[in-house]
Amino acid sequence: MKKKNNILKKLANKAYEFGFVSKIKTEIIESGLNEDIIRLISKKKNEPEWLLEFRLTAYRHWQTMPMPTWAHLNIPPIDYQAISYYADPLKKNKENSNKEIDPELMKTFEKLGIPLEERLALSGTAVDAVMDSVSVKTTFKEELKEKGIIFCSMSEAVQEYPDLVRKYLGSVVNYRDNFFAALNTAVFSDGSFVYIPKGVRCPMELSTYFRINAANTGQFERTLIVADDNSYVSYLEGCTAPMRDENQLHAAIVEIVVNDNAEVKYSTVQNWYPGDAEGKGGVYNFVTKRGDCRGRGSKLSWTQVETGSAITWKYPSCILRGDNSQGEFYSVALTNNYQQADTGTKMIHLGKNTRSTIISKGISAGKSQNSYRGLVRVSKNADGARNYSQCDSLLLGNECGAHTFPYMDIHNNSAVIEHEATTSKISEEQLFYCNQRGIGTEEAIGLIVNGYAKEVLNKLPMEFAIEAQKLLSVSLEGAVG
Amino acid sequence: MECVQEYINLFESNKALIDKPCTQKLNEEREKAFVRFRAEGFPKLKDENWLHTNVAKKFETDYGMDLGRKAGANSVKGSFTCDVPNLKTVRGYIVNDCFTIAGEDRNKLPKGVLIGKINEIAESNPEIIDSFYNQLASKGDSIVQFNTSFVQDGIILYVPKNTVIDETIQIVAQLQTNVDILTNRRLLVVMEENSHASLLLCDHSSTDKKSLSIEVTEIFIGRGASLDLYELEETTESNTRLGNLFVNQKHDSRFNHCNITLTNGFTRNYIEVVLDGEGADTNINGLAIGDKKQHIDNRTLVEHKKGHCTSNELYKYILDEESIGVFAGKMLICTDAQQTVSQQTNRNLCLTSCARMYAQPQLEIYADDVKCSHGSTVGQLDENALFYMQQRGIPADEARHLLMYAFAGEVIDNIKLEALRERLHILVEKRFRGELNHCKGCNLCK
Repeated sequence: MKKKNNILKKLANKAYEFGFVSKIKTEIIESGLNEDIIRLISKKKNEPEWLLEFRLTAYRHWQTMPMPTWAHLNIPPIDYQAISYYADPLKKNKENSNKEIDPELMKTFEKLGIPLEERLALSGTAVDAVMDSVSVKTTFKEELKEKGIIFCSMSEAVQEYPDLVRKYLGSVVNYRDNFFAALNTAVFSDGSFVYIPKGVRCPMELSTYFRINAANTGQFERTLIVADDNSYVSYLEGCTAPMRDENQLHAAIVEIVVNDNAEVKYSTVQNWYPGDAEGKGGVYNFVTKRGDCRGRGSKLSWTQVETGSAITWKYPSCILRGDNSQGEFYSVALTNNYQQADTGTKMIHLGKNTRSTIISKGISAGKSQNSYRGLVRVSKNADGARNYSQCDSLLLGNECGAHTFPYMDIHNNSAVIEHEATTSKISEEQLFYCNQRGIGTEEAIGLIVNGYAKEVLNKLPMEFAIEAQKLLSVSLEGAVG
Repeated sequence: MECVQEYINLFESNKALIDKPCTQKLNEEREKAFVRFRAEGFPKLKDENWLHTNVAKKFETDYGMDLGRKAGANSVKGSFTCDVPNLKTVRGYIVNDCFTIAGEDRNKLPKGVLIGKINEIAESNPEIIDSFYNQLASKGDSIVQFNTSFVQDGIILYVPKNTVIDETIQIVAQLQTNVDILTNRRLLVVMEENSHASLLLCDHSSTDKKSLSIEVTEIFIGRGASLDLYELEETTESNTRLGNLFVNQKHDSRFNHCNITLTNGFTRNYIEVVLDGEGADTNINGLAIGDKKQHIDNRTLVEHKKGHCTSNELYKYILDEESIGVFAGKMLICTDAQQTVSQQTNRNLCLTSCARMYAQPQLEIYADDVKCSHGSTVGQLDENALFYMQQRGIPADEARHLLMYAFAGEVIDNIKLEALRERLHILVEKRFRGELNHCKGCNLCK
């Protein structure tokens, strides 16, 4: 036990790998939230009038909404007036007003393993790098354009493809949807825009890397992916933030439109700063992610590995509107120390013969609380709907909590819905078996946890899967008790 | 809002009348409960615990309440029977909210066992009422507070230490009225150390008038004691039943519960079991059969407070026509409840496209050395099984009945009393065939 405690102490002190702060001159607007701030953000981004109106409507609605309290989370009060809603790390070139990338900023992304020089980049992955409120660079844009694929920052899309943006923005996640969706719609600053034209299979993985750098700011990005008929895209998302004692807010929206026979694969490895071992600091990750499978035979697959954030509030969902459409949700959520997570999915079956699969693996350690919350709704006309849900929880330590809150609303008698959940700890036998064969306790737990999460990790693209496996082991270190 | 105010006014203007027949403890608790009811009002559809069950609407009817206690229970016996063949029972009756038990029945019970009206027993044994009444229900929701505010009497069953009651105690509740009526029923069961009893509660209604019965049952099961509780609801479409059951279990105690909704109108059963001693074991089973526009909501909470306890839960719904089923079962495992084994299963059959099922099986776990699982399914009868039987000459309708009967059988088979089990098998089968409107044994139900 004493030996274990030593390992625990040693590893608990292990620093969060991405917790450094980059010294980049950043233009930060004054903190506070009001209509003038929203006008200022809109002006800075040179937005058309309709978009400003869109923001203001959302802001006015947000003011009427109470902060949601239904999640199994203990969220300290957030002072929305103390946050700065726009931070721009790009410096302006006085001569031609073009923005330049600070070399320090390039270095930052290199340090994070996301080189922005195309020659250095991993082959087969195009990256949109977002720091604070601004998209820094999007790689391989031209190559993708040859195929008709649009992959750029949201700000750029608003300028260059206003019709497409106007058509789809807010069509999946309405600003009235929830508190944080309304807030995001009012103040969103950047994000990625992807459009895959009819019949095109995206030749490389598209990815966005989110980084919070500036202090006292929040990140409110917005991602919109449109996959037209018979297209395919795999999209990856990663995120990190510096270590700070105060909490930072990240409230994003991801909207995905999937048309006839198209397929979108959306993978996330979420590694925001989780706070220290005493629960001080960390990012509040309040995200609305939703995909609308509008087309017949469309498919949307969410895969997420959640290891970071002090508080996670996130339910990537699928609206299965088209006949024969499919939704999938694969999740590994790991919480350690004082982290809290309330995450899961919603599968709304509207079309006929729609199918959905939910595999959720929760791992709680330290003093953390980890909840799965999911909804499967089968509407009256959704004949032949099929759902399978499996939610497993693993408890490491006797001070953490693992909770499961599934909701099933079935309005159609031809639906077949199955849900099962289990909660247990790593058995002594399994550990003993590993120990007997010369595998140390720490390593054995890493092995067992990775095996436990394998079903989900296998769904991730190759590079991501390796990163996620490492991340799981690192996040768990010190959890052996 | 208005209807809440009407009940508040009714209470305030009739306070003296309500208090009059009651023992002091009831009136003391009434004061506290009313403060809470007045502040909270009726639950709203948005309340997490009342999703899909709009209970406030049920209070809008202008019900009569027998606050002057003019109707008695004297006329019941003789005109009303509810026999389970081959089952020996000690039988008491409730008409609306008045309880009666014949002297000869009472004499069949072992020495020291008390059964009777709360107000009567409060005179002879005030310590029982003082230490147990409203101890568990005081934390209940506003519906429970409504009951505590208006209830004027109830039943108490007290089983002393080391006493085993061989015969099943049956309490037959009956609604008889020619006006719309609201009744508040109350049952308090205290099982002292190492005692055993089995209790059968039958809920009937013989009226087509609108009725609303709010039932609050508190059960204390002492160290090593065990209680088997069977609840059978066989009421009419015009009836609303709001059942609230609170159970507290000490070391090594056992509680077996089976709740069967055969026919009803609008039912909501809330069951809360607290495992408050090591080694306690609880089994909760439920079967709900709905058709027409019936609404059946079962919500359970099993709280494991201490270690080495086991809980098992099985709920099944068969929903026909336009019926609505709601099931929400939560298992809460507290920090100290190490070595818990807890399992929950919920299976539902939707037979028509208009039937709706809402299921929420939930786990909330704060201890690590536990084995907890839940499973929930919604589906239809197995097409292959139906086809197989038809191939072998069983008509489609008959095959459907057989499968439904087998589906329900899993719950009924958990009933320990053989005679009751057999009787229920027959009743359920008849229910599926549409031959059963009411229990054939009840002379009043034709």
